[in-house]
Amino acid sequence: MHSFYNFVSGPLAWVAFILFFGGSIYRIVSMLKLVAEKERFIFSYMSWRYSLRSIIHWIIPFATVNWRRQPVLTVVTFAFHLCLLATPIFLLSHVVLWDEAFSISWWTLPDAVADIMTIIVILGAVYFLVRRVTQPEVKFVTSVSDFVILAIVAAPFITGFLAYHQWLSYPLVMCLHVLAGDIMLAAIPFTRLSHMLFSPFTRAYMGSEFGKVRHARDW
Amino acid sequence: MAEPSKKEENKVVDEGIDVGISRLTEEKIQSVINSVIDSETGARLKAYVETCIHCGLCSEACHYYLSHDNDPHYSPVGKVKQTIWEMVRKKGRVSPEFIRRAAIIAHTECNLCKRCAQYCPFGIDIAYLISVVRRIIHKLGVTPLYLQDTAHSHSVTMNQMWVKGDEWPDTLQWQEEEAQAEIPNLRIPLEKEGADVMYSVIAPEPKFQAQLIYQAAVIMHVAGVNWTMPASVGWDNSDMAMFSGDNELMGRLKRTHFETAARLKVKKIVMGECGHAFRSVYDMGNRWLGWSMPPFTIVHAIEFYHDLIKEGRIKIAKKYKPPITLHDPCNVVRGGGLHEKARYVAHAICEKVIEMHPNREHNYCCCAGGGVINTGPPFKMTRIKGNRVKAEQLFGAKTKGAEVLVAPCHNCHSGLHDIVHHYEIGLDIKFFGDIIYEVMEKPE
Repeated sequence: MHSFYNFVSGPLAWVAFILFFGGSIYRIVSMLKLVAEKERFIFSYMSWRYSLRSIIHWIIPFATVNWRRQPVLTVVTFAFHLCLLATPIFLLSHVVLWDEAFSISWWTLPDAVADIMTIIVILGAVYFLVRRVTQPEVKFVTSVSDFVILAIVAAPFITGFLAYHQWLSYPLVMCLHVLAGDIMLAAIPFTRLSHMLFSPFTRAYMGSEFGKVRHARDW
Repeated sequence: MAEPSKKEENKVVDEGIDVGISRLTEEKIQSVINSVIDSETGARLKAYVETCIHCGLCSEACHYYLSHDNDPHYSPVGKVKQTIWEMVRKKGRVSPEFIRRAAIIAHTECNLCKRCAQYCPFGIDIAYLISVVRRIIHKLGVTPLYLQDTAHSHSVTMNQMWVKGDEWPDTLQWQEEEAQAEIPNLRIPLEKEGADVMYSVIAPEPKFQAQLIYQAAVIMHVAGVNWTMPASVGWDNSDMAMFSGDNELMGRLKRTHFETAARLKVKKIVMGECGHAFRSVYDMGNRWLGWSMPPFTIVHAIEFYHDLIKEGRIKIAKKYKPPITLHDPCNVVRGGGLHEKARYVAHAICEKVIEMHPNREHNYCCCAGGGVINTGPPFKMTRIKGNRVKAEQLFGAKTKGAEVLVAPCHNCHSGLHDIVHHYEIGLDIKFFGDIIYEVMEKPE
């Protein structure tokens, strides 16, 4: 178990981070190259002002018509994504690891708060799962990959929650937690979790088209 | 997850689609799909397909979805799933029957209105994805017959309605003479080089709505506009090729239009109350020709009337009495931002304007646009049943007292006429031009 832990938190973690950062850069650069090769015109329609106008509206809860139409989903999705990003970065035990390995550290969340945020992510994942299987318009367009990416995202939080509370076998859960984290990081650039990378671009382009050409709001 | 569609019962027969399908082989389908995807698409298609998180949040944007009691087959993403996703996923290996469904979905169950683009959190351009499907359908020769006939007319006559070369100036002369009975010195100036304005219309106007040209001529005359119309091809600004996926033909049409304006050395092109033509001239055709924005200032009728009224060049003698409600056409509002100008005009010429809800950029489409009405009689009920939600919206305005529906777009006009008639809503439908002509000050 110990050597497995060393493996997932050592070499495999390196691989995961390289795949995450390297893969993300590769995906974005190759997408921009594709634009330059085949749809160069996109650059000429892009506008910082209208890109930001659109992005800002869509990253503020209830700032768009559709967010207002879906109040429960809006609260869940914003809480889910916020906690999903913030918890692993500002978790005390993660920062301790960074400190031990590279002598770098930053502000951390109180453990009790991080615990609640973890629960929010898990409940959010449950909400998305239930929504996927019960809402006809979501179910209709759901494929196996949708459950897989949801599982990839939920796994580090479920195992992290179990590890923090030392339920089940702590060493095993801890290993699984690190492994799940590695998988999630590596999966982001290469699955539809890449919406993390590409959605700012698609949003910006639509915002630019609506702002500059169509003179209409896209929210 | 792919349950059979609930709507097999309305299995319409369209000769363009069905004969086209009978000529297809799986190899041909595969090679056409892959050639379009490989050589005509790029980062947009890739990013849109790979970024979509399958959340379904676009669903409630679509009037078809809402009108079919939230049947997921009609949601924007549902339509994408049944068409381009499968084509991409299977690398073009889809059956002729699949193509048949794809043709019906892309051509008759989506108006390319882009309302869903305003509801997708990622701003995925679903109308673009459906346009790619239409392009594939075009290259496979499976375009609905009536729409294809319109494209043929464009190709042969450079207008949408098989208007012959002599019929065009004849019609203008006829309308000029009619109008001269009212205003003796009125002219419809043809081929006037160096005029400020080239006025262009869609071919249905000379074909069967010639009074609209009469009205426009009166407005131009009273406002003292230095205007002209071309005597030969280039007068028609319409463009069904844009919707049939025949981009090359779209390019020919727009080039002719712009070159006609250049030949006449006009300062700007003013166009009649048509939405899709605006989309073609202002947004799509120019891009195909390599102009990021049109080479001429394009002024849609709404903006033109707005400016004439604001500058006091036409005066309102007596405001229009019956309460009106205003339909915001997708192509000039979501596509051109003319909603506030339309309201300015409406309030300037009418005593009472009653808003329908939703409105402005969020208005529901008429369900005729995007070439859907041009697929003709086989799909008339698809349009009407697919837009029950519009009927409910109009009925809401009617219960608040609206008696007249103003729709400053030809396709909207015709589509709304069918909806108002079928659902027995009882609203008169008018263009702005109809009302302005009626209420403006005219020389004695």
